[in-house]
Amino acid sequence: MLTTTHTTTTDDRGAQTGVVAYLFTAAAVVLLMMLFGLLMRLEQAQLIEMGPQPFYKLMTLHGAGMVGIAGIAGAAVMWHFLRQYVALSTGILMTNLALFLAGVVMILTSVLLGDFHGAWTFLFPLPGQSMGMWSTQAAALFMAGLLVIGVGFLLLHLDIARAILARHGSLARALGWPQLFGRDDGKAPPPTIVASTMVTIVNLIGLVVGASILTMMLVNLYVPGLQIDALLAKGMIYFFGHVFINATIYMAVIAVYEILPRYTQRPWKSNRVFLASWSASTLMVMFIFPHHLLMDFAFPKWMLIMGHVIGYLNTVPILLVTGYGALMLVYRSGIRWDMSSRLLYVSLFGWAAGAMPAFIDGTISVNYVMHNTLWVPGHFHTYLLLGMLAMVFGFMYYLGKPDRDAPDGLLDRIAFWCYTGGTLGFALSFLYGGKESVARRYAVHLPEWVPYDKAGAAFALLLISGALWFMLRFFARLGQTRHDHARTPEPASCPAVTA
Amino acid sequence: MQDTAWQASLILMSLVGLGFSYVAIQSGSRDEDYAPMQKRAYRLRLKLFWALILVFGPAMIYTLTDLPYAAALARSAQDTRTPQVIRATGHLWYWELSESHIDAGQPVEFQVSAADVNHGFGIYDPDMILVAQVQAMPGYVNTLRHTFEREGTYRILCLEYCGTVHHAMMTELTVARR
Repeated sequence: MLTTTHTTTTDDRGAQTGVVAYLFTAAAVVLLMMLFGLLMRLEQAQLIEMGPQPFYKLMTLHGAGMVGIAGIAGAAVMWHFLRQYVALSTGILMTNLALFLAGVVMILTSVLLGDFHGAWTFLFPLPGQSMGMWSTQAAALFMAGLLVIGVGFLLLHLDIARAILARHGSLARALGWPQLFGRDDGKAPPPTIVASTMVTIVNLIGLVVGASILTMMLVNLYVPGLQIDALLAKGMIYFFGHVFINATIYMAVIAVYEILPRYTQRPWKSNRVFLASWSASTLMVMFIFPHHLLMDFAFPKWMLIMGHVIGYLNTVPILLVTGYGALMLVYRSGIRWDMSSRLLYVSLFGWAAGAMPAFIDGTISVNYVMHNTLWVPGHFHTYLLLGMLAMVFGFMYYLGKPDRDAPDGLLDRIAFWCYTGGTLGFALSFLYGGKESVARRYAVHLPEWVPYDKAGAAFALLLISGALWFMLRFFARLGQTRHDHARTPEPASCPAVTA
Repeated sequence: MQDTAWQASLILMSLVGLGFSYVAIQSGSRDEDYAPMQKRAYRLRLKLFWALILVFGPAMIYTLTDLPYAAALARSAQDTRTPQVIRATGHLWYWELSESHIDAGQPVEFQVSAADVNHGFGIYDPDMILVAQVQAMPGYVNTLRHTFEREGTYRILCLEYCGTVHHAMMTELTVARR
């Protein structure tokens, strides 16, 4: 394993506290949202009885909570490593967390006290038309909560953009375009810079679009005369939602780029193929969003076909650049397997495997008979739980390990297999339900659907037990986190911008 | 279609799993000379890239030949039979259909809209398998064309979350031969 020596400053300690605060918040919220998810599966399996309204309230919290917290967890990974290359503001980092927590309180109040249950997708005009099930104020509080969280992330990404621009001069240089389109002098920015730049570009655009539609809908709640086109609103919501949740994976994968090479003692370099794939992903993540609207026949056809085509193209970088790159790194490397390296390795399997049913769902003729069935949560739970979240857990183990040779316990290894096996079984129960046409987002399931729900609930219990152990382990090691937050000297491949 | 999607997904996910398992098994002994291995791996990656293009490319294009949007136009050009037109409107939380009896083997054109919020118009066959769907949106009419070959009772389920009674927003269609 590569080792570096650092002098820890007050600023570094603040940064370290910030990252740990993010991870602590993420772990607590993820655990709570997982329990909400389990309750929903138990209700569908008819093993408990809570009724439709509490179910949809939990569903709204689970969706909004998981999307938001994935953003927080991904940001923690990205910020931790990016700070080793560029000068980031710890104040902005903590401001984002404060705004996030304020938004969470608003959303919890809206749902738990105001009974709002319009789903995290808040499709216009549902928030304003509840048939008396919730008030205008509850709907406004929910959307304002999302807006506050969005503003926090916007500030964070603006700070990241500022820091990258200060170091590299332009986003094009930070994406390695001089090396991609000109002579490859081997001085392309490291993967962390490239990935952070991509995420910052797409999230800045996505967040502005999201904030715009939220503001439009907030105005419409109180001034209904100011009409919004429902299809435009849906397009804007899915653009924002798709970009934001995808960006969480692209942030978290930085843990793989940074940590796995330390275990294999092989570099992960920004070569031309790597740079090309990240530039392509920058565009694809933004232009793929119509695959959420394939059953909106009124949407422009060329955009729907674009969503279909990009769905296929999008699998190439995932499979052949990041997934294959990890395989190259690990093959005959003599890697030392521990919880961190195991979780990071399996996370790339989870991402690549989940991308398979995802692109199949993005095929228009398949979507025609599988859209909004359980097939959809089937694929996104695969790449979010076994991909994105496994990356975060791998990072937590890496960060919490007191020294590189500290052994993992038997319970760690058991938890790993509970989590991996539980997630696969859980996701497959969703996918099989989708194959059997089980409708998505139903509080009450038909009797013939219940067996899949029971299997899903059992596997959910298994994966939650694994995740719970990962989190307990991290909490127990909070005081011992690694002290490598200090910025490393700029690598030779990362020349400073002087003008 | 659903069976094909399921089988294709399982095969592709298994292939990914096999690749990761193989490399994990081969990770123990260290090959110090990374550069030649890297070159071989890049050559293999190029082959895999072309394999992906050759497998996914035709699949991507072939599946574009049967779009539900174009189908309405293409089929109407070949099929001179006048379709039975049914207006379907989603309300919180019920479906309003202008007609619920359908002739088997005859084309039906559903003109789908919504009176209040977004709904999803999902047609389930007598075995409760989804055979067609389209979104029902306020301010838009989405045209869905389908020919029911099999007789029986079909159900319409809402496939876009629309609030507290979303799961119970169902109605029926009866398909029979005249």
